[in-house]
Amino acid sequence: MQDKFFFKKRRNLFLILLLIILIAYSAIDITQFSIGKMFSSIPRSIIWSVTNFYPTSASFSHLPDIINKMVQTIFMSIASVTFAAIFAFIFAICGSKTTRANAFIGTIARGIATLFRNIDVTVWSMILLFSFGQNALTGLFALFFGSFGFLTRAFIETIDEVGENSVEALQATGASYSSVIVHSVIPSSIPQMVSWLLFMIENNIRSATLIGILTGTGIGFAFDIQYKDLNYHVASLIVIVIVITILLLEFISNYVRRVIL
Amino acid sequence: MANLNNMSEDFNPSLEFSGKRIKVKKMNKASLVTGLTILGMVLFTIYGLMTFEYDGIKFWHAIVQTLANFKVLFFTPHLTHFTFWQGVFQVLITVALAALTTLISAILAVFLGLLASQNLTSKRTSNVIKGIVALIRAVPEVLWVLIFAVSAGLGSVAAVIGMTFHSVGYLIKAYSESFEELEDGTIEALKASGANWWQIVFQAVIPSSITYLISWTFLRFEITFGVALAMGAAAGAGGIGYAVFMGSSFYFDLREIGAITFFILIFAVLLETIAVQLKRRLKVK
Repeated sequence: MQDKFFFKKRRNLFLILLLIILIAYSAIDITQFSIGKMFSSIPRSIIWSVTNFYPTSASFSHLPDIINKMVQTIFMSIASVTFAAIFAFIFAICGSKTTRANAFIGTIARGIATLFRNIDVTVWSMILLFSFGQNALTGLFALFFGSFGFLTRAFIETIDEVGENSVEALQATGASYSSVIVHSVIPSSIPQMVSWLLFMIENNIRSATLIGILTGTGIGFAFDIQYKDLNYHVASLIVIVIVITILLLEFISNYVRRVIL
Repeated sequence: MANLNNMSEDFNPSLEFSGKRIKVKKMNKASLVTGLTILGMVLFTIYGLMTFEYDGIKFWHAIVQTLANFKVLFFTPHLTHFTFWQGVFQVLITVALAALTTLISAILAVFLGLLASQNLTSKRTSNVIKGIVALIRAVPEVLWVLIFAVSAGLGSVAAVIGMTFHSVGYLIKAYSESFEELEDGTIEALKASGANWWQIVFQAVIPSSITYLISWTFLRFEITFGVALAMGAAAGAGGIGYAVFMGSSFYFDLREIGAITFFILIFAVLLETIAVQLKRRLKVK
């Protein structure tokens, strides 16, 4: 009996290891990845970074321009989250099991959110590039679509989690649909929702860098220009500005989370 | 409200309806901070909208055009530059990039996660590792990939290494939180019986948190799929992301982007469904 237990355990472990090796091997084959090159390039990259990737005093002349672009990027990600939050809240009310009007509308709301969430921001920005061109609005809309899909799912989960009991209690007293939403759903789920909004803003600043490279706007574009000009000292200064911004935001949102949750 | 007034008058005519609202909720610090956060977001949004560089874009014209583009995208998808099976293979390349990244980072993150959990090491080691993780995560993925691409060249190697940075950071945080959920009593009991650190890890810590580890790893795989897609478009990592980039920036072929979007959508929904199912099953156990 005990023998069999350990035999089974070993066999399962062996099978799982085999599966992982199989996946790794086929992934390496498909992507033409080279393990040797990986190990040789890591020390080379570190040496290169230390000797080339640091800001010099000359690169600080670009600092005002970089900060200007960074501020624009922060505004863009906050604006996209604000708009996304408004739409996501409406869709979450329609989509959550506790507050939806009926199953049909609920399914449609969830379906739309799934559609928006699963098309990556990269694809959104490439699509929007056609009509909005190299413009701040391209990034804003791409971030908006991505955030909207994600926030709708997060809000639905939040409402489902915290809302059920209080909604039922209010419905039992004969409260109308709108007063259930205003007096039960919103107050009980708002701290969690604000926490998701803060997460989304942080996340959007990272995505904005990527979208900036793709669409030619904001801080991503500033980095891309310097990087392609092989002007690595200024590029490293941009990276430092981004890191400081994100750490600062993280600090603020951690503080807010500690107070409200 | 009118009904309520009538009722109170019916019940007790002597009691006059004062019309004053009863305060049921006191203003506390939490609701103040919540309100300020939302107010701040709205103000930043308004200010941002006023100061963006629009370069004289015709907003409504562009919106109408976008909607027309959506119609072309989603209702008349068509492949011109590659066949259906080549498209599937491109998606597979992106999936493989994500899988490789997730595998490497999972292995690294198990060990670093053990070192980062406070119940298994000293508080100081844990804080140092968590600090480094925060720093690594503050640099966007695309920048890691591009920095590595300078000496490794654009391609799958730079992409995997660059993406691994973020993915390891994320997994260390998730893993160490799962490890920290283990009760101190279990570790103490094992310590009292003379078990060494490795025995504690392999007999108690990992078995009790393995379901969380799998669930987190798959969740990260799902995220990394999106990142790998982006790296294809922005950092020459190949795969379906590169196809989107080419379709948008070189061929200007909306119908092909529509077809690619469907490829990505189907795969992403598939991954999400697996992740949700996995999470649900693991939670039940």
